[in-house]
Amino acid sequence: MSTEMNQAVQGRLIGRNQIEDLVLVPLYALVAALFLGALVMIATGVDLSTIGQSFIALVRGSVGSLNALSETLTAAAPLVLAGLGLALGFRAGLFNIGAEGQVIMGGLAAVVAGVAMADMPAVIALPAAIIAGALAGAFYAGIAGWLRAATGAHEVISTIMLNLISYRLLDYLLRTPLIQKEGRADPISKSIPEAAELPRLLTFIDPNLRLHAGVFLMLAMVVVAYWLLFRSKMGFEFRASGENAIAARFAGINAGLTIVLAMAVAGALAGLAGANQVLGVLGRATPGFSAGIGFDAIAVALLGRSHPVGVLFAGVLFGALEAGGRQMQVDAGVSIDLIGIIQALIIVFIAAPLLVKAIFPWGFRRTRSKEEEV
Amino acid sequence: MTVLLDKARQRQTRVTGVALIALGVLIAVFFAPDATGSATFRLSRPTDVWPVPNLVVPGGPFIYVVSALLAFLGARQFLSGAAKWSALSLGIGLAIAVAAFLVWATAGKSFSLTGMLQASIVRAVPIALGGLAGVLSERVAVVNIGIEGMLLAGAFTGALVGSLAGGVAGLAAAVAVGGVFGFVLAALVVTYRMDQIIAGVFINLFVLGLTSYISSQVFQEYRALNNAPVFRTIEVPFLSDIPVIGPVFFNQNIFVYGAFILAGLATYYLFHTRHGLRARAVGEHPRAADTLGINVYRTRYINVTVAGMVAGFGGAWFTLGSVGRFDEGMTGGRGYIGLAAMIFGRWHPVGALLAALVFGFADSLQQKLALLRTPIPSEFLAMAPYVATIVVVAGVVGRARAPAADGKPYVKE
Repeated sequence: MSTEMNQAVQGRLIGRNQIEDLVLVPLYALVAALFLGALVMIATGVDLSTIGQSFIALVRGSVGSLNALSETLTAAAPLVLAGLGLALGFRAGLFNIGAEGQVIMGGLAAVVAGVAMADMPAVIALPAAIIAGALAGAFYAGIAGWLRAATGAHEVISTIMLNLISYRLLDYLLRTPLIQKEGRADPISKSIPEAAELPRLLTFIDPNLRLHAGVFLMLAMVVVAYWLLFRSKMGFEFRASGENAIAARFAGINAGLTIVLAMAVAGALAGLAGANQVLGVLGRATPGFSAGIGFDAIAVALLGRSHPVGVLFAGVLFGALEAGGRQMQVDAGVSIDLIGIIQALIIVFIAAPLLVKAIFPWGFRRTRSKEEEV
Repeated sequence: MTVLLDKARQRQTRVTGVALIALGVLIAVFFAPDATGSATFRLSRPTDVWPVPNLVVPGGPFIYVVSALLAFLGARQFLSGAAKWSALSLGIGLAIAVAAFLVWATAGKSFSLTGMLQASIVRAVPIALGGLAGVLSERVAVVNIGIEGMLLAGAFTGALVGSLAGGVAGLAAAVAVGGVFGFVLAALVVTYRMDQIIAGVFINLFVLGLTSYISSQVFQEYRALNNAPVFRTIEVPFLSDIPVIGPVFFNQNIFVYGAFILAGLATYYLFHTRHGLRARAVGEHPRAADTLGINVYRTRYINVTVAGMVAGFGGAWFTLGSVGRFDEGMTGGRGYIGLAAMIFGRWHPVGALLAALVFGFADSLQQKLALLRTPIPSEFLAMAPYVATIVVVAGVVGRARAPAADGKPYVKE
């Protein structure tokens, strides 16, 4: 079923009206989603001045100050990393819903490796912890890939089940002596030693700024994913298998290996998102530390149309909404769950450009007359 | 293609064989030494009309018999490559392994088997109804990832309207709202030709966002809006007095009866009526159906809307059928497990229902085992249903086939 999605995704990317499609549609989608969000607030008895206040808070909390920008990028980094993984999977025709579980396994492995490397210098400890996260994510996603390749078990089902398994596994492992913090009875991991922490970048301006080196990891991975997908043989095989699995097989591409590899790469990126969270933001692993990143990343990958650069922008947008939403909750007392509604609406408007064009005809006139001429 | 399929099937049979042997060895090594004494399974309560004696199983011997049987089944699979019986062997193997596990956990203690079976049915209901909704929409080739959201919408509406206007009105509203989201899904994928998975993900995110928002923004303040009555159990006269079967099947609430009746109705509709034949034609080959004068778009709209209503009914179970209160994200992935049940049940309503019963059994098994205080950490018991799902999907999938046009949009020429 995801093959169709890829075709739809690519069809829209290659479309003639790239600028309108890539700039106008998302912009209008954002406006329409915010407008509908306001309607939801009115319907639940929020008065007009509070609504205005909450939108101001949304802007202020996402881009209004250095701290806001730092929060936006901090929230965006894991979404982009996991979203890149999902995008790679989508391109290979795999609908991987398991990013959440891969984030958990990645984060957990990063904690274990980081704690074990406490006495090492940062040059060794940090990369080791990051790589451990990527490997754990790759392994965990690889299980679903192997099951698909060896037995045909559909990855949607197996990744959902692996997510559910990972929650229980996390609860269990957090209580084992290797991982649990000394002297604690509740499930909480040991703290990440300083050597394995992703260093904060802006503490020289204000010690409260949380932006950390994970943002470089995010940018590097965008480049890597782009290169992998469009410049390497492996990426070509991913895309060929996603476009037409049978043709790819006749062209000599090993279908099973491609599935396992694509899942493993996707899992590695999701694992990095988990490592990024524990090493850069949280400093430890707790139950539920993944906080739905893996599910939000599905939306980010879809919104970014499974293109690494698109995923970057989509992830930053979602990060901004999250950071702004927190400010909104504090300033205006409007629940942050409103952001979930707005995110969902953005997705629906972007995935159905016809709907957006029906609501906002402005700016599309030229293309429409062109189409009429044709 | 056939060669590739045969090869895959052979490998699958081998994998199943090895898994069965391994299971047999594990059971013999780990369970047999601990299983001292007999396991007592209580089948009825003393107050029942016709009480039946307890089922007493000697622990050690039973477990050795099971592991020998597993080894035999596994060796047969591995050596003969009997792909024909692979699913059946796996099913039998897992069933007796579960039995051995139960005997081991209960050895020297007693345990209410009937109570566990009753809980299995209750826990299977939302999964069965979610799976049924999946069958109805995938039979017309609309992939419905949005079932999770529709269940959640049903749960929320049931609680809200149920608190304001009573249980029956709440149930009706939940069904209606489920239908609305089914209609929205149909509109997005049929009329706006949006990708079906994106549309389903949208519904899930939107419903999760909206219900969580209202729950934290409104329900926190006005608690009376989230305090719905719960449907009581209805005893079927006479039938509910039958030992074991009575309490399990005939002393439940309307959601349980509803799930069974709906599965039957859906089977009749899909396989024994004109409209059902048309719906399946639309799912298998929409172009041919269109040529024969079937309105593909309308068929998809109707079926997906009905699927939404079924999911809305299933969603109401969470609030009106159990706790009477809505909590954020309370469906907890049941819609996705419903999709697994649909695949496991091979896109057939009764199959989906039976698969859901297996999941319900696994779910209640782990709950009851936690009470028996086995040395296995409770987290691993909680994983059991999910591991079982993976094993089952990996084991039987070679024989399951989705409707041919599943997931493909249809553009009328």
